[in-house]
Amino acid sequence: MKKTTLYKIHEGLGAKLIDFAGYLMPVQYSSIIAEHKAVRNSVGVFDVSHMGEIFIKGPKALDFVQNITVNDASKLTIGRVQYSAMCYPDGGIVDDLLVYKLADDEFLLVVNASNKDKDFEWMKKNNSFGVEINDRSDDYSLLAVQGPKSKEVLSKICNKEIDLEYYHFFKAQVAGIDMILSRTGYTGELGYELYFEGDESVAENLWNKLFEAGKEFGIQPVGLGARDSLRLEMGFCLYGNDIDQTTNPLEAGLGWITKLNKECFIGKDAILKVKSEGLKRKLIALISDEKAFPRHGYEITSDGKVVGTITSGTVSPILEKAIAMGYVDANFAGVEAQLNFLIRNKEIPAKLTKLPFVKK
Amino acid sequence: MNVPDNLKYTKDHEWIRVEGNVGIIGVTDYAQGELGDIVYVDIDPNIAEIKAGETFGTVEAVKTVSDLYAPVSGKVVELNKKLANEPQVVNSDPYGDGWMIKIEITDSGELSSLLDQEAYKNLIGQ
Repeated sequence: MKKTTLYKIHEGLGAKLIDFAGYLMPVQYSSIIAEHKAVRNSVGVFDVSHMGEIFIKGPKALDFVQNITVNDASKLTIGRVQYSAMCYPDGGIVDDLLVYKLADDEFLLVVNASNKDKDFEWMKKNNSFGVEINDRSDDYSLLAVQGPKSKEVLSKICNKEIDLEYYHFFKAQVAGIDMILSRTGYTGELGYELYFEGDESVAENLWNKLFEAGKEFGIQPVGLGARDSLRLEMGFCLYGNDIDQTTNPLEAGLGWITKLNKECFIGKDAILKVKSEGLKRKLIALISDEKAFPRHGYEITSDGKVVGTITSGTVSPILEKAIAMGYVDANFAGVEAQLNFLIRNKEIPAKLTKLPFVKK
Repeated sequence: MNVPDNLKYTKDHEWIRVEGNVGIIGVTDYAQGELGDIVYVDIDPNIAEIKAGETFGTVEAVKTVSDLYAPVSGKVVELNKKLANEPQVVNSDPYGDGWMIKIEITDSGELSSLLDQEAYKNLIGQ
C-alpha cells in the first residue's frame, strides 16, 4: 500500500486510515460532521496527494488536450484551470479531471487516484501528436486548504498576494516551498489547492506551518469522509459513483463542460448522437426530511416501480436532511414525478431539487 | 478501545448487560468508532419482541448504515427515547446513555453462546 508524504502526520493525529485507490488515506480524524463544519464555517486541510498529476508537453500539447478532453482547452490562458472530462469513443467517461495551462506548450492534467494508471495508458494510446506525457504523481504532494478562512491562513505564509480568481493559479512559495497555488477545490467553499514536490520533511514542514497560521481560526485536518459529504452537498460528481464508463457527460449533467461545437474530440460523435436522440436517463438531485438515508446503489421508485438508482447519498451535515444524486429514466426526471428512495424495502418519499443542495 | 468485562458481546458488535431477567442492549465502542458520526437509530417504536440473531433495527452514520442484531431473544420493555434527538450519545457513551433497547430475556440459555470480554477483544484484534 502506498503512503503519502504526510502519512506520519495522519498516524500521529490518530486518523482512521483506509485503503483508497491503493493509498493508505485518512478517512476521518475526529468526526466527519465536525470536519465538514470546520470547512463550511472556517478552514480545513485535506491531504489529497493520491491524486494523479500528468504533465503534457510539446508544440502540439493543446491539440492533444483538445482531442482527449471534452471541454474547450483553447479558451484557457496561462494561469487558468478548466474542469473537464475524457471520454471513450462511445461517450462513456474515462475520468473527470482538471486541466491547467502552464505554458503555451505545457498542460498539467490532474486526475483521480483510482483512474490514474488507466488514464495514463489512455493518454499514451491517443498520442498521435508527439507530445511528452509524464506521470509525475509520485513526485507531487497535494494539499487542499478549504473554507472561508483559507485565504487569510495562506496569506500569512505566502510570498505573493493571493489575488487569484476562481479556477486561476500561479506559482508561488508557501512556507518557503515552491508550489502551484490554485484556487480550486471540491467543497464549494473559497479554497486553494497546493501542488508541491519534496519529501516527507518538506510536506510536514508545510503542514505544520499551515496549522500554525490557521490556529486562530481553529483550522482542522479533514479526511476523505468529509470530502465526500462536502462535495455531495454541492452536487459535484464523483467518478466511480455518479459517473463512469457507462455514463455519458450529458446524462451526468456535464453538458456545460462538453463543447460539442469544438472541432473534434474523442467521444464527440457518440455524444452528438445521444443529444439528437434525447437522453434516456438523467442524473437528478433528491432530498428528503425522513430519517432514513439513501446510499449508493439503492433504488429510486415511482408508484411502486423502480425507475432509477442512487449513485451518491448521505445525510447532509449542514441541512440535516437526506440528500442524494442518482440516475432516473428521463420520463421521471421532471418536477411532476413522485419519487421515492427504496430503503430496506420501504418507499421513502423524496423531492426533486436543484443543485447545489447547500446554496452558497 | 473500551471493552467492559461485565457485558456479553455478539460478533456483530452489540453488547448486552444482564440485570436479573432483563437485558439492556447497545452497540460496542468499537462499532461506534467504525461507524463514525451516528445520525439516526432506527428501531420500530412498536417493536414487541426481538429474536436472537435477527435484526431489530439499523444505525445510520454519515458514511454508512449498519443493521442491529439481537444478542438473545426477548420481549421489548423499553426503547431509549433519548436517541431520537441525540443519536450522537451512541458515539460518546456507547455502554451508558447510548443504550438502545431493554428486553425481558426469554431464554437465558442463549446467553452462553455470546462472547465474553476476552473473546470479543480477540474478535476486534485487541
